[in-house]
Amino acid sequence: MIPDAWIWGLCGGLMIGCAAALYLLVNGRVMGASGILGGLVEGRRDWAERAAFIAGLVGVPALASLGTPAMTGATGNIAVLIAGGLLVGFGTRLGNGCTSGHGVCGMSRFSVRGIVAVVTFLVAGVLAMAVLRHGLGWI
Amino acid sequence: MRLVAACAAGGLFGLGLLVSGMTDTGKVQGWLDFFGAWDPTLAFVLGGAILPMLVAWQIAARRERAILGEPMPARPDPVIDRPLIVGAVLFGFGWAAVGLCPGPALASLGFGGIEGLVFLAAMIVGMGLHRTALPRSNGHPA
Repeated sequence: MIPDAWIWGLCGGLMIGCAAALYLLVNGRVMGASGILGGLVEGRRDWAERAAFIAGLVGVPALASLGTPAMTGATGNIAVLIAGGLLVGFGTRLGNGCTSGHGVCGMSRFSVRGIVAVVTFLVAGVLAMAVLRHGLGWI
Repeated sequence: MRLVAACAAGGLFGLGLLVSGMTDTGKVQGWLDFFGAWDPTLAFVLGGAILPMLVAWQIAARRERAILGEPMPARPDPVIDRPLIVGAVLFGFGWAAVGLCPGPALASLGFGGIEGLVFLAAMIVGMGLHRTALPRSNGHPA
């Protein structure tokens, strides 16, 4: 039997891919969450398009999760939240992409940079998890 | 029209993240927990997301412009430089620590509570710090 979570993962993944395809073919843009938000923070000229994307990205799941027990289960440790947020924000801008940009859009066009970035952040993430959870017991 | 399409794409992206369970930090951290209770769900999400994009890039290669007139994004030079590697390493560390990356951090804002807000605020500060400290290090998109 295939676990339900894997089926939901595949279905949700297909939706994410269709969203990226829509953004590419209609708007001519690469759908990368860190790039879209980063450009908005920097006040680029196409800020309205970025803001509209983020409004949908925040608003639709907020509405869809109403009345459901949706939650992130994120740690309540403020120091970990702040350190993690700073690393994710700085790192995705420095490396020019995150899971959506490098992962979904980069790998699907066989971009060498996308593939190298994904392998790098996966290895870094697995090592960090091993150290933080099984070594130090912080998370 | 651009704004409507962008909002629709963002909404579908967010719904996909919610449906796939990627707004659940336990699932994401489980994927990275190779030496513990490993959860392979993220591989199905990434695989499912890549399928429509394989087709989309083929269509994009046959067109000069997107439907609304914008030129198709250029293929980046295959340059593996230090910012790409260092950035990906830092991102991987933060991703593992909390189990959120930029897409899910935004998609879960409606139900993520104060923890989600703190993470998102720190993430935006991190982006601003990069902008301030290294204003010229961008230039190679994915």
